[in-house]
Amino acid sequence: MEPHIQVKDLNAFYGKQHVLKNINIEIPRNKITVIMGPSGCGKSTLLKTFNRFFELTEYTRLTGNVLIDGQDIYNRDVDVTEVRKVVGLLAQRPAVLPMSIFDNVAYGMNIHNMKKDRNKTREAVQHYLEIAGLWEEVHTRLHDPATGLSIGQQQRLCLARGLAVEPEIILGDEPTSALDPISSQNIEKRLIELKKDYTIVIVTHTLRQAKRLADHVIYMYLGEVAETNSAPEIFTNPKHERTKQYLDGIF
Amino acid sequence: MKKNPFAKRHIIETCMKVIMLASLILVTGTLGLILWTIIKNGIPAMSWEMLTQVPKGGFYMGKEGGILNAIIGSLYLAGGGTVLALVCSLPIALYLEAYLGESKWGSYVRLALDVLWGIPTIVYGAFGFAVMVSLGLRASLLAGIIVLALIELPIMTRAMDEVICRMPLEVEQAALAVGSTRLEVALRVVTRQMLPGIITAVLLAFGRGIGDAASVLFTAGYTDRIVTSLFRPTASLPLAVFFQLGSPFPEVRARGYAAAFILTVIVLIVSFGARLLSSRLGKYTIK
Repeated sequence: MEPHIQVKDLNAFYGKQHVLKNINIEIPRNKITVIMGPSGCGKSTLLKTFNRFFELTEYTRLTGNVLIDGQDIYNRDVDVTEVRKVVGLLAQRPAVLPMSIFDNVAYGMNIHNMKKDRNKTREAVQHYLEIAGLWEEVHTRLHDPATGLSIGQQQRLCLARGLAVEPEIILGDEPTSALDPISSQNIEKRLIELKKDYTIVIVTHTLRQAKRLADHVIYMYLGEVAETNSAPEIFTNPKHERTKQYLDGIF
Repeated sequence: MKKNPFAKRHIIETCMKVIMLASLILVTGTLGLILWTIIKNGIPAMSWEMLTQVPKGGFYMGKEGGILNAIIGSLYLAGGGTVLALVCSLPIALYLEAYLGESKWGSYVRLALDVLWGIPTIVYGAFGFAVMVSLGLRASLLAGIIVLALIELPIMTRAMDEVICRMPLEVEQAALAVGSTRLEVALRVVTRQMLPGIITAVLLAFGRGIGDAASVLFTAGYTDRIVTSLFRPTASLPLAVFFQLGSPFPEVRARGYAAAFILTVIVLIVSFGARLLSSRLGKYTIK
């Protein structure tokens, strides 16, 4: 099957610091791809190039291409808001918007003018809250402030908000690192359910989570992709010395 | 483990506590003293007439009448000035936040605003007067409103800017992540998060506007009639206080204090109203 995301000769710089070096990878459709590696290896940076969040930081520079369905998202005539509509992001810490639970989910649909009337919006809000596994917990207080939810619930709200703009790809930047074990499990469960409809790319530094979720693994080391392979292959039979050491917990 | 109250660090701690408490007492005491002075001197002259009538013949010699002209005039002046300043400063503050940020131009704009903030209001008054003279205009409500708006603009913009700077970055990024434009983030997310702070900024500016005498002295003039047109002069409370306190008649001086009392009450009402409003609107903000 055609890969969903293709990265070609990607190099990224923070000022003079060369943080991503000659990245060439392909990310398969409707699978969970996990990016692993020690701290500071560039895994979050790589993820940020997929929804053009990398350019939000000042003094950054990028060369090479990131193609989604064959289209270069860094092309001059590409609308960055459309890129981010197609590529959703689940951040490290949940950041709810300063509005009600309902309006948080409806926000994206409203700015993109996706629903014709209030009723359609209401149906969609319910739909995505159900997918995120939050509907049962919040349906009686949809118009309460989103800040009243627990951190775990907030992260599922963020998931619903992201899904509501109908993306094709979901990025997760250590999406469970701020959550308690039960909430983390809940998010992991959602992600596994979602992969039949979405391409999912997760950055994680917990090896066990990677083993639970991954279909495909990218192992990064010092800004380079050291190894990339299907999950069973890389966990049982790592080719690269660095990967082997990482999996054994040796640095 | 026994505490030695004469150890150096404990002595320093005690001294600092005393200094802090003394400052607190000084500030609250001053506020209390101000209120007490205007109430004590103003209450004898307070009457229903003061609030509901304009000066009649002989008012400035202690005969009947009120200062409705100044109350209405001040509300128009400060209200109009605040609305005009808000209309200009919100876009400036949002532009600073969304597009200029911490850049070189951003710091130039902030510096300019800080300088404007520091300029004495009499200078604004003189400036407004000079412009009016060159255009051949007379003192009027409109001129007063414009000058007050100029005075309030830097206060409001900088106060809003400070509030908006404290916007959590992750919240903005969350909105960007679903494909918002910068403008949508500014209008739909930043303003909502910052609404209570923006109201405080507006209030701060209104307080300065309504209490300023120097700027309206030249530009809005003074009249005993209630203003009915933007192009006519108008009375204002600070000037009512100023003129009446300078009078040789004790009854008139008491009315000056009463006018000061009314001015203070207006500011208090607006403050409490804004507090109430911002706590209601602050329901959704992220702490």
